[in-house]
Amino acid sequence: MVQALAIEHVSVRRGERLVLRDITLRLNRAGTLLLKGHNGSGKTTLIRTIAGLLPSETGTVTLEGGRTEAEPGEQSHTIGHANGLKSSLSVRENLRFWRDFLNGPRDGVDRALAEFQLDDLADIPTAYLSAGQKRRTGLARLLVADRPLWLLDEPTTSLDTASTQVVVAAIEQHVTSGGLAIVATHLDLAARNAREVTLRAGTVVSASSDEVGDD
Amino acid sequence: MTEFWTVLARDLKLAARDGGAVGTALGFYLIVVAMLPLGLGPDLKLLGRIAPGILWIGLLLSALLSLGRIFESDFEDGSLEVLMTGSAPLELVVAAKALAHWISTSLPLALLTPVLGLLLNLDVDAYGVLLATLIAGTPAISFLGSIGAALTLQARRGGLLVALLVLPLYIPTLIYGIATISAIVTPPGDAMSAFLILCALSLGSVVLGPIAAAAALRYQAQ
Repeated sequence: MVQALAIEHVSVRRGERLVLRDITLRLNRAGTLLLKGHNGSGKTTLIRTIAGLLPSETGTVTLEGGRTEAEPGEQSHTIGHANGLKSSLSVRENLRFWRDFLNGPRDGVDRALAEFQLDDLADIPTAYLSAGQKRRTGLARLLVADRPLWLLDEPTTSLDTASTQVVVAAIEQHVTSGGLAIVATHLDLAARNAREVTLRAGTVVSASSDEVGDD
Repeated sequence: MTEFWTVLARDLKLAARDGGAVGTALGFYLIVVAMLPLGLGPDLKLLGRIAPGILWIGLLLSALLSLGRIFESDFEDGSLEVLMTGSAPLELVVAAKALAHWISTSLPLALLTPVLGLLLNLDVDAYGVLLATLIAGTPAISFLGSIGAALTLQARRGGLLVALLVLPLYIPTLIYGIATISAIVTPPGDAMSAFLILCALSLGSVVLGPIAAAAALRYQAQ
């Protein structure tokens, strides 16, 4: 069981610019971290660094209590700006592919369809979906396979209020069952037991407390 | 290994559903080969002599057209990042995608070749050996091509760049493919050893291509 995500002294350089400077954060299990900050403050870079998609110049990211042989990225769901959907495949086919690729449980697809209210759309090619429906389908990937850490970059883009509630509920359920979530957002997502961290120019300028979640 | 088959099945399904790219490659091949007799004049002897070379080069160029598709759409819609953070090594994912490219594009091109041979007065003895060399040699086209496709992922309009990067890598395959055919059609010559080297080149590229392409993808995705 994953106990905590420890980000220690992480700096990331993009070209000549130091985008993240010496970030140290700790997120305990059953905790949500809301990343705030203006455009360009380093939210996406931090999420991509944790996911292992960007190399860090210094520092380490470790998932304490996780599978030691796997990188943190392999134990997390990363949802960025793009949804990762194939337009000629139906909603169900897209989710089934991700379930098989991510070794999810058999009932994962049905659970995800139900949770994100996609049952009626399941057999429609995603090319015909609206932006919000595509986003929901993209987010449904979170539920097709169990991974302890969720890394969400502006998950509520193009979602209406009702769909936003669905996402918040999914995050809360994940966190309640012992998971961890890092959500970069400019909205006030009313997630329980959440801690806010504000980034400015690649450094943490305010944090509600040093640690979050159950000890 | 499940991940390998999952990615392979998905890419084949996508290639079948958005058939455009395969159709373009086949159509391009057909037009290039059909235009050559018009340009060279009705000298059947000349056409027959250069037919194997023309068919091989035409196939290489047609396959080049479709290489960009191996990673491009996955990169644009964000799937690639998820594929990179799966529990399967990226090399295996790349191998599955290159194999899907071979089955969906290179193999149909190779199978179309005997039909195009008719347009070029190809020597009757050459049909079998030409098809054999193409089937044995085309894996190198897909797997070496995946390196070029990965390297030019971030380059806008990278089509021409792929050609510059990848065509030189195809030279050994072309040489031994043609050497096998000419050894059969105009003896003497050692057809078997040329054919075995052709197979070895393909097998080598199946191993090295995914490793190099995965390294390029890791860099490009940053």
